[in-house]
Amino acid sequence: MFRRVLGTTLGFVGYTIQYGCIAHCAFEYIGEFVICSGPSMEPTIVNRDIVFSERMSRHLCKIQKGDVIIAKSPFDPKLNICKRVIGLEGDKICTSAPSDVFKTHTYVPKGHVWLEGDNLRNSTDSRSYGPVPYALIRGRICLKLWPLHSFGTLSESPTRRII
Amino acid sequence: MAQRATAGRRYLRAFVSGFFIAVPVTVTVLDRFAYLARVEGASMQPTASHLYEHDLLVFPVCFMYVYCPLRSPRNPQQKIIKRVIGLEGDFIRTLSYKNRYVRVPDGHFWIEGDHHGHSLDSNSFGPVSVGLLHGRASHIIWPPNRWQRIRASLPANRGPLDTEEDEG
Repeated sequence: MFRRVLGTTLGFVGYTIQYGCIAHCAFEYIGEFVICSGPSMEPTIVNRDIVFSERMSRHLCKIQKGDVIIAKSPFDPKLNICKRVIGLEGDKICTSAPSDVFKTHTYVPKGHVWLEGDNLRNSTDSRSYGPVPYALIRGRICLKLWPLHSFGTLSESPTRRII
Repeated sequence: MAQRATAGRRYLRAFVSGFFIAVPVTVTVLDRFAYLARVEGASMQPTASHLYEHDLLVFPVCFMYVYCPLRSPRNPQQKIIKRVIGLEGDFIRTLSYKNRYVRVPDGHFWIEGDHHGHSLDSNSFGPVSVGLLHGRASHIIWPPNRWQRIRASLPANRGPLDTEEDEG
């Protein structure tokens, strides 16, 4: 009796560990579902949209300009941010407001990316904290799943900030 | 003959199921709990518990750090191992950074190699985000005659400044 209970328990624990590990690998190397919150990516992604973020292009260093990515916040490792990649390493970025007469430019240093939200007036991004290390990127958003009427890939950047 | 075919099939099935258990479990353990890595380069050489090139270390993936391997801010493919000198909010007297004194911003820390001048560390690229941290070196396991736990210790004259020193 005791032996049977022990055997069942051990089997259950083994299966839990096995499927937990498979789930970890899938989330870590293939992709994961993310519920977005916050106004910084409107109108591309609005509050409570569900998106699918794939991990492979980050591991293979295939992130390109214009991709919407999820990254760890540089100031709080537990927090994730969702922004659009405006510039890769070596790119020249215009840091002044569009209304300014004198344009200021900066270059993205090696191993960094320049991130900006699509909602330029309500977004804390590289314009306030500077370029972000590439290694903080966690995944590229490739599909929007919910709400159903906007199912599909994401639209182009509405801000025309990508040079 | 038929018996051998079934035996072969049974072995194949055992191999496949074992493979599907072993690979995810290994990957998860390496990602989440601990992994081994070899030290390359001389940036950690002269002091304290002596990390030499080709030492094999074990890194439990956790939050306190002494030597921390982290993704290099300059090259995301590369991992670097350094000593944590200051945590967020600490004041640091820098060695060759553009500012003489630096307050480490929130969510960052100040890292330095033990071999000053031969190490690419915060003195050249500034404070590093905690999100880049990968783990903490806990033991030297190879070569066996130097098997030991790595303890947290700051090199002499390095480390965050005291508040009194700030005011004075």
